[in-house]
Amino acid sequence: MTTVQDLGRTGSRHLGIGQSGAMDAYSHTIANLLVGNPANAATLEVTLAGPTLAFRTSTIIAVCGADADVRVDGIEIPGWRPIRLPAGTTLSFGACRRGARAYLAIAGGIRVSALLGSASTDLRGAFGGMRGRALMRGDVLDIAKAGMAIAALDIPAWSIDPSPELQWDIPAIARVIGPDRSGGVPDDLFASSWRVAPASNRQGLRLEGTAITQDTPMSISEPVLPGTLQLPPDGQPILLMADAQTHGGYPRIGHVIRADWPRLAQLRPGERVHFRPCTREEASQSRLDQAHRLARIALAIAGRRQAKASSR
Amino acid sequence: MPTPERATALQPSSIELLGEDALLLRFGDVIAPEINARVHATSRQIERQRPDWLLDIVPAYSSLMLVLDMNAFPGRDAQSEAIAWLQQQTFLPDGTGAAREVEIAVEYGGSDGPDLIDVARHAGLDIDDLIARHTAGRYTVAMLGFAPGFPYLIGLDPALAMPRLETPRTRVEAGSVGIGGTQTGIYPQAGPGGWRIIGRTPQILFDVSRDPPTLLAPGDLVRFVAVTD
Repeated sequence: MTTVQDLGRTGSRHLGIGQSGAMDAYSHTIANLLVGNPANAATLEVTLAGPTLAFRTSTIIAVCGADADVRVDGIEIPGWRPIRLPAGTTLSFGACRRGARAYLAIAGGIRVSALLGSASTDLRGAFGGMRGRALMRGDVLDIAKAGMAIAALDIPAWSIDPSPELQWDIPAIARVIGPDRSGGVPDDLFASSWRVAPASNRQGLRLEGTAITQDTPMSISEPVLPGTLQLPPDGQPILLMADAQTHGGYPRIGHVIRADWPRLAQLRPGERVHFRPCTREEASQSRLDQAHRLARIALAIAGRRQAKASSR
Repeated sequence: MPTPERATALQPSSIELLGEDALLLRFGDVIAPEINARVHATSRQIERQRPDWLLDIVPAYSSLMLVLDMNAFPGRDAQSEAIAWLQQQTFLPDGTGAAREVEIAVEYGGSDGPDLIDVARHAGLDIDDLIARHTAGRYTVAMLGFAPGFPYLIGLDPALAMPRLETPRTRVEAGSVGIGGTQTGIYPQAGPGGWRIIGRTPQILFDVSRDPPTLLAPGDLVRFVAVTD
Protein backbone atom coordinates (compact mmCIF):
# COMPACT_ATOMS: atom_id res chain seq x y z
CA MET A 1 0.00 0.00 0.00
CA THR A 2 1.30 3.44 -0.92
CA THR A 3 -0.22 6.74 0.21
CA VAL A 4 0.66 10.41 -0.08
CA GLN A 5 1.58 11.83 3.35
CA ASP A 6 3.06 14.96 4.87
CA LEU A 7 3.31 15.75 8.59
CA GLY A 8 -0.47 15.57 9.02
CA ARG A 9 -3.28 17.98 9.86
CA THR A 10 -4.16 19.78 13.04
CA GLY A 11 -7.13 21.94 13.95
CA SER A 12 -9.91 19.58 12.84
CA ARG A 13 -10.06 16.95 15.58
CA HIS A 14 -13.24 18.50 17.01
CA LEU A 15 -14.94 17.62 13.70
CA GLY A 16 -13.95 13.98 14.00
CA ILE A 17 -11.03 14.47 11.61
CA GLY A 18 -7.77 12.86 12.69
CA GLN A 19 -4.16 13.76 12.08
CA SER A 20 -3.01 11.32 9.37
CA GLY A 21 0.51 12.09 8.11
CA ALA A 22 3.67 10.02 7.87
CA MET A 23 3.76 7.18 10.43
CA ASP A 24 7.55 7.53 10.67
CA ALA A 25 7.87 11.31 10.50
CA TYR A 26 11.62 11.07 11.17
CA SER A 27 12.36 9.14 7.97
CA HIS A 28 9.82 11.21 6.02
CA THR A 29 11.59 14.40 7.14
CA ILE A 30 15.10 13.19 6.28
CA ALA A 31 13.92 12.05 2.82
CA ASN A 32 12.57 15.54 2.22
CA LEU A 33 15.73 17.28 3.47
CA LEU A 34 17.85 15.10 1.16
CA VAL A 35 16.06 16.40 -1.93
CA GLY A 36 15.97 20.01 -0.73
CA ASN A 37 12.33 20.03 0.41
CA PRO A 38 10.86 21.47 3.60
CA ALA A 39 10.09 18.80 6.21
CA ASN A 40 6.36 19.04 5.56
CA ALA A 41 6.47 18.39 1.78
CA ALA A 42 4.34 15.45 0.64
CA THR A 43 6.14 12.12 0.18
CA LEU A 44 4.98 8.65 -0.76
CA GLU A 45 4.66 6.31 2.21
CA VAL A 46 5.24 2.75 1.00
CA THR A 47 3.98 0.05 3.37
CA LEU A 48 5.71 -3.36 3.07
CA ALA A 49 5.83 -3.27 -0.75
CA GLY A 50 5.61 -0.46 -3.24
CA PRO A 51 4.71 0.59 -6.75
CA THR A 52 6.54 0.88 -10.04
CA LEU A 53 6.84 4.53 -11.04
CA ALA A 54 7.67 5.84 -14.49
CA PHE A 55 9.38 9.24 -14.29
CA ARG A 56 8.58 11.36 -17.31
CA THR A 57 10.92 14.12 -16.22
CA SER A 58 14.29 14.30 -14.54
CA THR A 59 14.32 14.91 -10.82
CA ILE A 60 16.05 14.16 -7.52
CA ILE A 61 14.65 11.51 -5.19
CA ALA A 62 15.52 9.95 -1.83
CA VAL A 63 14.24 6.82 -0.12
CA CYS A 64 14.38 6.65 3.68
CA GLY A 65 12.82 4.51 6.39
CA ALA A 66 12.51 0.78 5.77
CA ASP A 67 15.35 -1.03 4.05
CA ALA A 68 13.62 -1.73 0.74
CA ASP A 69 14.55 -3.28 -2.57
CA VAL A 70 14.35 -0.26 -4.86
CA ARG A 71 15.61 -0.32 -8.44
CA VAL A 72 15.99 2.28 -11.15
CA ASP A 73 15.99 0.64 -14.57
CA GLY A 74 17.14 -2.55 -12.87
CA ILE A 75 19.98 -0.95 -10.87
CA GLU A 76 19.50 -1.29 -7.11
CA ILE A 77 19.61 2.09 -5.41
CA PRO A 78 20.54 2.55 -1.75
CA GLY A 79 18.54 4.61 0.70
CA TRP A 80 19.29 7.70 2.79
CA ARG A 81 20.93 9.76 0.00
CA PRO A 82 19.81 12.03 -2.85
CA ILE A 83 19.65 10.27 -6.20
CA ARG A 84 19.52 12.15 -9.48
CA LEU A 85 17.23 10.53 -12.04
CA PRO A 86 17.27 11.41 -15.73
CA ALA A 87 13.93 11.69 -17.52
CA GLY A 88 12.34 8.46 -18.71
CA THR A 89 13.58 6.17 -15.92
CA THR A 90 11.48 3.53 -14.20
CA LEU A 91 11.71 3.14 -10.46
CA SER A 92 10.44 -0.16 -9.06
CA PHE A 93 9.77 -0.60 -5.41
CA GLY A 94 10.09 -4.21 -4.30
CA ALA A 95 9.49 -5.44 -0.79
CA CYS A 96 10.65 -3.84 2.45
CA ARG A 97 13.32 -6.23 3.79
CA ARG A 98 13.67 -4.68 7.21
CA GLY A 99 11.18 -2.21 8.60
CA ALA A 100 7.64 -1.70 7.34
CA ARG A 101 7.49 1.77 5.81
CA ALA A 102 9.71 3.49 3.27
CA TYR A 103 9.39 7.14 2.26
CA LEU A 104 10.03 8.35 -1.26
CA ALA A 105 10.67 12.08 -1.44
CA ILE A 106 10.82 13.87 -4.79
CA ALA A 107 12.42 17.30 -5.26
CA GLY A 108 9.76 19.97 -4.93
CA GLY A 109 7.33 17.53 -3.33
CA ILE A 110 4.33 15.70 -4.72
CA ARG A 111 1.74 18.20 -5.83
CA VAL A 112 -1.68 17.39 -4.40
CA SER A 113 -4.07 20.00 -3.06
CA ALA A 114 -3.86 20.63 0.65
CA LEU A 115 -7.17 19.86 2.31
CA LEU A 116 -7.74 21.25 5.82
CA GLY A 117 -4.13 22.32 5.87
CA SER A 118 -2.48 19.08 4.77
CA ALA A 119 -1.72 16.97 1.72
CA SER A 120 -2.00 13.77 3.77
CA THR A 121 -4.30 10.95 2.80
CA ASP A 122 -7.03 10.35 5.38
CA LEU A 123 -7.98 6.75 4.59
CA ARG A 124 -10.81 6.65 7.14
CA GLY A 125 -12.32 9.90 5.90
CA ALA A 126 -11.49 9.03 2.26
CA PHE A 127 -10.02 12.43 1.40
CA GLY A 128 -6.62 14.01 0.93
CA GLY A 129 -3.57 12.75 -0.96
CA MET A 130 -4.57 10.88 -4.12
CA ARG A 131 -8.39 11.14 -3.97
CA GLY A 132 -8.48 9.92 -0.41
CA ARG A 133 -7.10 6.48 -1.17
CA ALA A 134 -3.94 4.45 -1.70
CA LEU A 135 -2.23 4.74 -5.08
CA MET A 136 -3.56 2.54 -7.88
CA ARG A 137 -2.11 1.40 -11.17
CA GLY A 138 -2.48 4.18 -13.72
CA ASP A 139 -2.43 7.09 -11.26
CA VAL A 140 -0.44 10.11 -12.42
CA LEU A 141 1.38 12.10 -9.76
CA ASP A 142 2.16 15.72 -10.42
CA ILE A 143 5.60 16.66 -9.17
CA ALA A 144 6.14 20.24 -8.28
CA LYS A 145 9.63 20.75 -9.66
CA ALA A 146 10.64 19.13 -12.92
CA GLY A 147 12.95 19.43 -15.87
CA MET A 148 16.36 19.58 -14.17
CA ALA A 149 19.37 19.00 -16.40
CA ILE A 150 20.29 15.45 -15.36
CA ALA A 151 21.94 13.31 -18.02
CA ALA A 152 22.62 10.10 -16.10
CA LEU A 153 21.65 8.26 -12.93
CA ASP A 154 23.81 9.68 -10.14
CA ILE A 155 24.13 7.83 -6.80
CA PRO A 156 26.40 9.58 -4.28
CA ALA A 157 28.64 7.51 -2.03
CA TRP A 158 27.66 9.32 1.17
CA SER A 159 24.48 8.69 3.11
CA ILE A 160 22.69 9.65 6.31
CA ASP A 161 22.95 7.28 9.27
CA PRO A 162 19.48 7.02 10.86
CA SER A 163 20.66 5.47 14.12
CA PRO A 164 19.77 5.41 16.93
CA GLU A 165 16.19 6.04 15.76
CA LEU A 166 16.22 3.13 13.32
CA GLN A 167 18.47 0.21 14.15
CA TRP A 168 17.01 -3.02 12.86
CA ASP A 169 19.12 -5.33 15.04
CA ILE A 170 18.00 -3.71 18.30
CA PRO A 171 14.58 -4.79 19.67
CA ALA A 172 11.92 -2.09 19.47
CA ILE A 173 11.20 -0.32 22.75
CA ALA A 174 8.08 1.69 23.46
CA ARG A 175 8.52 3.98 26.43
CA VAL A 176 5.32 4.75 28.29
CA ILE A 177 4.25 7.70 30.39
CA GLY A 178 1.28 7.05 32.63
CA PRO A 179 -2.25 8.34 32.57
CA ASP A 180 -2.81 10.80 35.39
CA ARG A 181 -5.81 8.95 36.50
CA SER A 182 -6.86 5.50 37.67
CA GLY A 183 -4.30 2.93 38.75
CA GLY A 184 -1.57 4.10 36.38
CA VAL A 185 0.02 1.84 33.80
CA PRO A 186 -0.71 -1.86 34.55
CA ASP A 187 2.47 -3.81 35.43
CA ASP A 188 1.40 -6.59 33.05
CA LEU A 189 2.23 -4.29 30.13
CA PHE A 190 5.92 -4.38 31.07
CA ALA A 191 6.06 -8.02 32.15
CA SER A 192 6.53 -9.55 28.71
CA SER A 193 6.96 -8.58 25.08
CA TRP A 194 4.08 -8.08 22.63
CA ARG A 195 3.68 -9.30 19.08
CA VAL A 196 2.36 -6.98 16.37
CA ALA A 197 -0.84 -8.55 15.01
CA PRO A 198 -1.53 -8.74 11.27
CA ALA A 199 -4.63 -6.55 11.73
CA SER A 200 -2.37 -3.60 12.62
CA ASN A 201 -2.56 -0.62 10.31
CA ARG A 202 -2.09 3.14 10.17
CA GLN A 203 -4.81 3.56 12.78
CA GLY A 204 -3.06 1.46 15.37
CA LEU A 205 -0.77 -1.38 16.29
CA ARG A 206 -2.83 -4.26 17.63
CA LEU A 207 -0.68 -6.17 20.06
CA GLU A 208 -0.86 -9.81 21.09
CA GLY A 209 0.53 -11.31 24.28
CA THR A 210 -0.34 -12.34 27.80
CA ALA A 211 -3.65 -10.60 28.39
CA ILE A 212 -3.63 -7.68 30.81
CA THR A 213 -6.18 -8.11 33.55
CA GLN A 214 -7.34 -4.82 34.94
CA ASP A 215 -10.59 -3.90 36.60
CA THR A 216 -11.00 -0.77 34.56
CA PRO A 217 -14.63 -0.40 33.60
CA MET A 218 -15.54 0.63 30.04
CA SER A 219 -15.43 4.37 30.18
CA ILE A 220 -17.51 6.74 28.14
CA SER A 221 -15.87 7.94 24.95
CA GLU A 222 -13.24 10.60 25.42
CA PRO A 223 -10.59 12.16 23.19
CA VAL A 224 -7.60 10.04 22.20
CA LEU A 225 -4.41 10.83 20.27
CA PRO A 226 -1.63 9.08 18.38
CA GLY A 227 0.45 7.44 21.11
CA THR A 228 -2.56 6.58 23.28
CA LEU A 229 -2.52 2.99 24.60
CA GLN A 230 -6.00 1.53 24.82
CA LEU A 231 -7.05 -1.64 26.59
CA PRO A 232 -10.06 -3.42 25.05
CA PRO A 233 -11.91 -6.02 27.17
CA ASP A 234 -9.80 -8.89 25.72
CA GLY A 235 -6.72 -7.50 27.50
CA GLN A 236 -4.70 -7.08 24.28
CA PRO A 237 -3.58 -3.44 24.04
CA ILE A 238 -3.88 -1.21 21.00
CA LEU A 239 -1.32 1.53 20.38
CA LEU A 240 -2.98 4.29 18.38
CA MET A 241 -0.92 5.68 15.52
CA ALA A 242 -1.13 8.45 12.88
CA ASP A 243 -4.67 7.61 11.69
CA ALA A 244 -6.01 7.38 15.26
CA GLN A 245 -9.69 8.15 15.54
CA THR A 246 -10.47 11.29 17.52
CA HIS A 247 -12.40 9.64 20.37
CA GLY A 248 -12.31 6.23 21.99
CA GLY A 249 -14.24 4.32 24.62
CA TYR A 250 -11.67 1.74 25.73
CA PRO A 251 -9.80 2.50 28.95
CA ARG A 252 -6.58 4.46 28.40
CA ILE A 253 -3.66 2.76 30.15
CA GLY A 254 -0.76 4.96 29.10
CA HIS A 255 0.86 6.95 26.34
CA VAL A 256 3.87 6.02 24.21
CA ILE A 257 6.34 8.89 23.87
CA ARG A 258 6.93 10.61 20.53
CA ALA A 259 10.63 9.86 20.32
CA ASP A 260 9.80 6.15 19.96
CA TRP A 261 7.13 6.51 17.24
CA PRO A 262 9.52 6.26 14.23
CA ARG A 263 10.85 2.84 15.27
CA LEU A 264 7.35 1.59 16.17
CA ALA A 265 6.01 2.72 12.79
CA GLN A 266 8.58 0.38 11.27
CA LEU A 267 7.32 -2.75 13.08
CA ARG A 268 6.13 -5.51 10.77
CA PRO A 269 3.33 -7.94 11.60
CA GLY A 270 4.78 -10.71 13.79
CA GLU A 271 7.61 -8.55 15.18
CA ARG A 272 7.86 -7.82 18.88
CA VAL A 273 7.88 -4.73 21.02
CA HIS A 274 8.86 -4.25 24.66
CA PHE A 275 7.22 -1.58 26.77
CA ARG A 276 9.21 0.28 29.38
CA PRO A 277 8.05 2.89 31.89
CA CYS A 278 9.41 6.38 31.42
CA THR A 279 9.36 9.69 33.26
CA ARG A 280 8.11 12.91 31.73
CA GLU A 281 11.65 14.31 32.01
CA GLU A 282 13.03 11.39 30.00
CA ALA A 283 10.28 11.84 27.40
CA SER A 284 11.09 15.51 27.04
CA GLN A 285 14.86 14.90 26.88
CA SER A 286 14.43 12.17 24.24
CA ARG A 287 12.25 14.44 22.15
CA LEU A 288 14.82 17.25 22.31
CA ASP A 289 17.69 14.87 21.54
CA GLN A 290 15.84 13.64 18.47
CA ALA A 291 15.14 17.21 17.34
CA HIS A 292 18.86 18.02 17.76
CA ARG A 293 19.90 14.99 15.72
CA LEU A 294 17.49 16.05 13.00
CA ALA A 295 18.90 19.59 13.07
CA ARG A 296 22.46 18.23 12.74
CA ILE A 297 21.36 16.01 9.84
CA ALA A 298 19.75 19.03 8.17
CA LEU A 299 23.04 20.95 8.50
CA ALA A 300 25.07 18.05 7.11
CA ILE A 301 22.74 17.75 4.12
CA ALA A 302 22.81 21.49 3.49
CA GLY A 303 26.64 21.31 3.50
CA ARG A 304 26.64 18.48 0.96
CA ARG A 305 24.18 20.29 -1.28
CA GLN A 306 26.29 23.45 -1.18
CA ALA A 307 29.45 21.51 -2.02
CA LYS A 308 27.64 19.84 -4.92
CA ALA A 309 26.35 23.17 -6.21
CA SER A 310 29.79 24.84 -6.12
CA SER A 311 31.47 21.86 -7.79
CA ARG A 312 29.18 22.07 -10.80
CA MET B 1 -20.43 40.62 45.35
CA PRO B 2 -20.13 37.53 43.19
CA THR B 3 -19.29 34.48 45.21
CA PRO B 4 -16.28 32.39 44.23
CA GLU B 5 -18.68 29.51 43.54
CA ARG B 6 -20.41 31.51 40.83
CA ALA B 7 -17.20 32.63 39.23
CA THR B 8 -15.94 29.07 38.94
CA ALA B 9 -19.24 27.53 37.90
CA LEU B 10 -17.73 25.88 34.81
CA GLN B 11 -14.37 24.95 36.24
CA PRO B 12 -13.39 21.39 35.31
CA SER B 13 -13.12 18.94 38.18
CA SER B 14 -9.65 17.96 37.03
CA ILE B 15 -7.01 18.80 34.46
CA GLU B 16 -5.01 15.75 33.37
CA LEU B 17 -1.88 15.52 31.28
CA LEU B 18 -2.59 13.55 28.12
CA GLY B 19 0.55 12.35 26.40
CA GLU B 20 3.28 14.94 25.93
CA ASP B 21 1.32 17.67 24.23
CA ALA B 22 -2.28 17.62 25.39
CA LEU B 23 -4.46 18.30 28.42
CA LEU B 24 -7.74 16.67 29.29
CA LEU B 25 -10.21 18.81 31.20
CA ARG B 26 -12.69 16.55 32.93
CA PHE B 27 -16.14 17.73 33.99
CA GLY B 28 -17.67 14.44 35.11
CA ASP B 29 -17.80 10.73 34.45
CA VAL B 30 -21.24 10.20 32.97
CA ILE B 31 -23.18 11.07 29.84
CA ALA B 32 -25.43 13.85 31.08
CA PRO B 33 -26.77 16.91 29.20
CA GLU B 34 -25.78 19.36 31.96
CA ILE B 35 -22.19 18.08 32.05
CA ASN B 36 -21.92 18.12 28.26
CA ALA B 37 -23.29 21.68 28.26
CA ARG B 38 -20.41 22.73 30.53
CA VAL B 39 -17.95 21.09 28.13
CA HIS B 40 -19.30 23.13 25.21
CA ALA B 41 -19.58 26.39 27.14
CA THR B 42 -15.94 26.05 28.22
CA SER B 43 -14.92 25.06 24.69
CA ARG B 44 -16.59 28.18 23.25
CA GLN B 45 -14.90 30.43 25.80
CA ILE B 46 -11.47 28.96 25.11
CA GLU B 47 -12.15 29.28 21.38
CA ARG B 48 -12.96 33.00 21.77
CA GLN B 49 -9.63 33.77 23.41
CA ARG B 50 -7.75 31.06 21.59
CA PRO B 51 -4.00 31.46 22.10
CA ASP B 52 -1.71 30.76 19.13
CA TRP B 53 -0.30 27.68 20.83
CA LEU B 54 -3.63 25.91 20.95
CA LEU B 55 -3.82 23.51 17.98
CA ASP B 56 -7.04 21.68 18.75
CA ILE B 57 -9.99 22.05 21.12
CA VAL B 58 -11.78 18.70 21.17
CA PRO B 59 -15.03 18.30 23.12
CA ALA B 60 -16.33 14.90 24.22
CA TYR B 61 -19.29 13.85 26.41
CA SER B 62 -17.83 14.96 29.71
CA SER B 63 -14.30 16.05 28.86
CA LEU B 64 -12.47 18.54 26.69
CA MET B 65 -9.05 17.94 25.17
CA LEU B 66 -6.64 20.76 24.35
CA VAL B 67 -3.78 19.91 21.98
CA LEU B 68 -0.78 22.19 22.38
CA ASP B 69 1.93 23.27 19.98
CA MET B 70 5.07 22.15 21.79
CA ASN B 71 7.23 24.26 19.47
CA ALA B 72 5.59 27.39 20.84
CA PHE B 73 7.33 26.90 24.20
CA PRO B 74 11.02 26.43 23.46
CA GLY B 75 12.87 25.39 26.61
CA ARG B 76 9.67 25.30 28.63
CA ASP B 77 7.05 22.68 29.37
CA ALA B 78 3.99 23.25 27.17
CA GLN B 79 1.58 21.42 29.46
CA SER B 80 2.61 23.43 32.54
CA GLU B 81 2.38 26.69 30.61
CA ALA B 82 -1.09 25.80 29.32
CA ILE B 83 -2.30 24.84 32.80
CA ALA B 84 -1.03 28.18 34.12
CA TRP B 85 -2.95 29.96 31.34
CA LEU B 86 -6.13 27.99 32.10
CA GLN B 87 -5.89 28.84 35.78
CA GLN B 88 -5.90 32.55 34.92
CA GLN B 89 -9.16 32.20 32.98
CA THR B 90 -12.59 32.51 34.49
CA PHE B 91 -15.10 30.28 32.80
CA LEU B 92 -18.66 31.48 33.08
CA PRO B 93 -21.84 29.82 31.86
CA ASP B 94 -22.77 31.43 28.53
CA GLY B 95 -26.45 30.60 28.83
CA THR B 96 -28.85 29.45 26.17
CA GLY B 97 -28.82 30.93 22.70
CA ALA B 98 -25.09 30.36 22.39
CA ALA B 99 -25.63 27.15 20.41
CA ARG B 100 -26.62 26.94 16.75
CA GLU B 101 -29.76 25.05 15.77
CA VAL B 102 -29.73 22.80 12.70
CA GLU B 103 -32.69 20.99 11.13
CA ILE B 104 -32.09 17.59 9.58
CA ALA B 105 -34.65 16.33 7.05
CA VAL B 106 -35.18 12.58 7.36
CA GLU B 107 -37.03 10.06 5.26
CA TYR B 108 -38.04 7.47 7.82
CA GLY B 109 -38.47 3.79 6.99
CA GLY B 110 -38.49 1.93 3.72
CA SER B 111 -35.14 1.02 2.23
CA ASP B 112 -33.70 4.17 3.87
CA GLY B 113 -34.68 2.93 7.33
CA PRO B 114 -34.50 -0.87 7.34
CA ASP B 115 -34.65 -1.13 11.15
CA LEU B 116 -37.58 1.26 11.71
CA ILE B 117 -40.10 -1.54 12.21
CA ASP B 118 -37.83 -3.41 14.66
CA VAL B 119 -37.20 -0.26 16.70
CA ALA B 120 -40.94 0.50 16.82
CA ARG B 121 -41.70 -3.07 17.92
CA HIS B 122 -38.94 -2.91 20.55
CA ALA B 123 -40.38 0.37 21.88
CA GLY B 124 -43.95 -0.95 21.76
CA LEU B 125 -44.99 1.92 19.51
CA ASP B 126 -46.56 2.10 16.11
CA ILE B 127 -44.40 3.57 13.42
CA ASP B 128 -46.07 7.00 13.33
CA ASP B 129 -45.62 7.36 17.10
CA LEU B 130 -42.00 6.39 16.84
CA ILE B 131 -41.38 9.00 14.14
CA ALA B 132 -43.33 11.59 16.16
CA ARG B 133 -41.20 10.89 19.22
CA HIS B 134 -37.93 10.96 17.25
CA THR B 135 -38.82 14.28 15.59
CA ALA B 136 -40.09 15.77 18.87
CA GLY B 137 -36.66 15.38 20.45
CA ARG B 138 -34.28 18.27 20.89
CA TYR B 139 -30.81 16.91 20.51
CA THR B 140 -27.33 18.21 21.24
CA VAL B 141 -24.23 17.27 19.29
CA ALA B 142 -22.25 15.97 22.26
CA MET B 143 -19.21 15.41 20.06
CA LEU B 144 -18.10 14.53 16.53
CA GLY B 145 -16.04 11.37 16.31
CA PHE B 146 -15.81 7.80 14.99
CA ALA B 147 -15.56 9.24 11.47
CA PRO B 148 -15.30 12.79 10.10
CA GLY B 149 -18.55 14.61 10.83
CA PHE B 150 -20.27 11.75 12.72
CA PRO B 151 -22.42 13.41 15.41
CA TYR B 152 -23.03 11.68 18.73
CA LEU B 153 -26.39 13.13 19.69
CA ILE B 154 -27.72 13.15 23.22
CA GLY B 155 -31.37 13.77 23.99
CA LEU B 156 -32.95 10.58 22.61
CA ASP B 157 -36.33 9.75 24.18
CA PRO B 158 -35.39 6.81 26.49
CA ALA B 159 -38.38 4.86 25.15
CA LEU B 160 -36.65 4.71 21.75
CA ALA B 161 -33.37 3.28 23.03
CA MET B 162 -32.42 -0.07 21.54
CA PRO B 163 -29.15 -2.01 21.65
CA ARG B 164 -26.96 -2.05 18.55
CA LEU B 165 -27.21 -4.86 16.00
CA GLU B 166 -25.44 -8.00 17.16
CA THR B 167 -23.66 -8.20 13.84
CA PRO B 168 -22.88 -4.80 12.31
CA ARG B 169 -23.88 -4.23 8.69
CA THR B 170 -21.00 -4.22 6.26
CA ARG B 171 -22.52 -1.20 4.54
CA VAL B 172 -24.64 1.62 5.85
CA GLU B 173 -25.49 4.37 3.36
CA ALA B 174 -24.30 7.95 3.82
CA GLY B 175 -26.90 10.03 5.67
CA SER B 176 -28.35 7.04 7.54
CA VAL B 177 -29.93 8.01 10.87
CA GLY B 178 -29.38 5.37 13.52
CA ILE B 179 -30.09 4.48 17.11
CA GLY B 180 -27.29 2.88 19.12
CA GLY B 181 -28.29 2.21 22.71
CA THR B 182 -29.42 5.52 24.21
CA GLN B 183 -27.79 7.56 21.48
CA THR B 184 -28.83 8.61 18.03
CA GLY B 185 -26.50 9.66 15.24
CA ILE B 186 -26.05 10.07 11.51
CA TYR B 187 -23.52 8.27 9.30
CA PRO B 188 -21.74 10.93 7.18
CA GLN B 189 -20.25 8.39 4.78
CA ALA B 190 -21.16 4.93 3.56
CA GLY B 191 -19.40 2.22 5.50
CA PRO B 192 -19.83 -0.52 8.07
CA GLY B 193 -22.04 0.25 11.06
CA GLY B 194 -23.90 -1.41 13.90
CA TRP B 195 -26.57 1.14 14.79
CA ARG B 196 -30.28 0.52 14.05
CA ILE B 197 -31.05 2.51 10.92
CA ILE B 198 -34.46 4.20 11.03
CA GLY B 199 -34.16 6.70 8.20
CA ARG B 200 -31.90 8.71 5.99
CA THR B 201 -31.21 12.37 5.30
CA PRO B 202 -30.24 13.74 1.90
CA GLN B 203 -28.16 16.42 3.65
CA ILE B 204 -24.39 16.08 3.28
CA LEU B 205 -22.77 15.78 6.70
CA PHE B 206 -19.16 15.80 5.54
CA ASP B 207 -17.70 17.40 2.44
CA VAL B 208 -14.03 18.26 2.72
CA SER B 209 -14.30 20.96 0.03
CA ARG B 210 -16.83 22.93 2.11
CA ASP B 211 -15.88 25.40 4.80
CA PRO B 212 -16.56 24.19 7.43
CA PRO B 213 -16.38 20.64 6.09
CA THR B 214 -18.97 19.23 8.48
CA LEU B 215 -22.66 20.13 8.59
CA LEU B 216 -22.66 19.97 12.38
CA ALA B 217 -20.32 21.29 15.04
CA PRO B 218 -19.93 20.12 18.64
CA GLY B 219 -22.55 21.77 20.83
CA ASP B 220 -25.06 22.37 18.00
CA LEU B 221 -28.73 21.74 18.68
CA VAL B 222 -30.39 19.36 16.23
CA ARG B 223 -34.00 18.72 15.26
CA PHE B 224 -35.16 15.98 12.93
CA VAL B 225 -37.95 16.79 10.48
CA ALA B 226 -39.81 13.98 8.72
CA VAL B 227 -40.04 14.33 4.93
CA THR B 228 -41.43 12.12 2.18
CA ASP B 229 -40.36 12.09 -1.44
